[in-house]
Amino acid sequence: MIRCLNKSLADIRSNRFLNLITMVTISLSILVVSLFLLFFENLGRIMDSWGPEGRAMVYLMPEFSITMRPGLESAIQDMEGITRVTFVSKEQALARLKKEMAGSTHFLDTVKENPLPHALEIQIQTRGDFGQVEDLVEKIESLPMVESVEYGRKWLARFLHLFHLFRLTGYVMGALFLLIAFFITASTVRLVFHARRSEVEIMRLVGATDRFIKLPFYMTGLIQGGVGGILGLLILYIAYLVMGSGISQSMGDLFHADIRFLSFGAMAGLWAASTFLGWFGCYLSLKRLLR
Amino acid sequence: MNLDTGKHAIIRLFNVTKHYGGKPALQNVSMDILPGEFVFISGPSGAGKSTLLKVLYLAETVSDGQILINGMNLSRIVPARLPFLRRRFGMVFQDFKLIPTLTVFDNVALALEVAGRKPAAIKKKVMHVLRITGMEEKAHVLPPTLSGGEQQRVAVARAVVGDPEIILADEPTGSLDQVSARRVLEILLAYHKKGVTILVASHHLRQLETVVTGRSIVLEKGRLTSAVHLDPYRVRDKRGAICHDPLSE
Repeated sequence: MIRCLNKSLADIRSNRFLNLITMVTISLSILVVSLFLLFFENLGRIMDSWGPEGRAMVYLMPEFSITMRPGLESAIQDMEGITRVTFVSKEQALARLKKEMAGSTHFLDTVKENPLPHALEIQIQTRGDFGQVEDLVEKIESLPMVESVEYGRKWLARFLHLFHLFRLTGYVMGALFLLIAFFITASTVRLVFHARRSEVEIMRLVGATDRFIKLPFYMTGLIQGGVGGILGLLILYIAYLVMGSGISQSMGDLFHADIRFLSFGAMAGLWAASTFLGWFGCYLSLKRLLR
Repeated sequence: MNLDTGKHAIIRLFNVTKHYGGKPALQNVSMDILPGEFVFISGPSGAGKSTLLKVLYLAETVSDGQILINGMNLSRIVPARLPFLRRRFGMVFQDFKLIPTLTVFDNVALALEVAGRKPAAIKKKVMHVLRITGMEEKAHVLPPTLSGGEQQRVAVARAVVGDPEIILADEPTGSLDQVSARRVLEILLAYHKKGVTILVASHHLRQLETVVTGRSIVLEKGRLTSAVHLDPYRVRDKRGAICHDPLSE
């Protein structure tokens, strides 16, 4: 193992430029991927803190009469996830509106008839799942005498869809960058191998096994991937330290959440992926070259 | 042509034929080489001398025929076993085939490293052979800074460091001056005296004949044309006939 390490370090030294290019490419790829991850981790956390609201208003049709109330109430109450159903008559609604609008209710005095509908205020047990809330809302909307269901965070659910789409795009782009890094690693190994072809031939003549020949190359791939990964994460961390506090301040004001650097698990995962990438590029190249 | 029938032959060739794109490099070569023999393979350029050595260390596969090394049929060797077979050979080439980025010590040590020997044992053995070959002082020098003769001595050191049963040398003195060539031959001779079987392919046969007792095999256009016994006191003509024998004077 020490022989392999010494050999691969000597290789890196003798092909400084080529190895530097590979490491920089890997580090840039890791930087892009980790930047996406940092963005999505934080945005995800902000989203989680908002969470789906558990309260919704079921507005009833003008044809609704009080006699229909028990049937409708029990139909909603029986649905899974509904914790409370409270009837709000149109009179109560008007009183609430007047109370909420305080001094700006003069225009309501000019209205002859109460324009507000009867409604049911429902409490939903959300468990943080927008999908579940949306399903429930859809079910209630399909009930007779239900005009519409006003769900305060409907826009957030739509935004979440967009966020998931955006995240998927990020992952695809990250994967593309990793793929580029992989091809560059593989090409570097191929170039180094060709530069050392006569050396490899001599090794074979003196009885070296393929494993003996490959190991230093694998070690070089691991070093390239490992160093590239650390470098990429380090650049991101420095950028986070330099710009993070400013962004964190404004984001904090806007979303009531702070910006955090990548979790240890994410960093370890990225570093492992980068190291694996270095090795795998090497592995596939050698598989073809030593066939 | 089967020249020897000794059943204890370390190398046996049966009608070995090798073609390169339809052009024959070796044609029906048969021979036995006994353990501890010193065999010269001579002949003009393109006669098939190097090809004969290449098929022996499996750098090339034969087109037809069979080769047995210590009773092991080379045509049945699976690729994964090839490195282990090669460790039983020591090889010397005209162009030395040293790794320019490794020191003399590391070049020689490589033959033991591939066999998985312990570093302490490697160091001891390598320094021993470098002493024998007179390269001890240059152990930490890179090969390109050495003369041709010195590089060939390093190559010989690498060939012998693993205590091989057989040494195959392809034009080992081809690019050397007389003094260096003699030095290299003396080292090979020293190992021959220890019982190592040595095959030397060279067209400088006269130079070799004067120092070594052995057998000379002549190849022409890939065919074995003659085989004679040599000793340093008898000088023979191209066909092997003694033209000058100092012992008879």
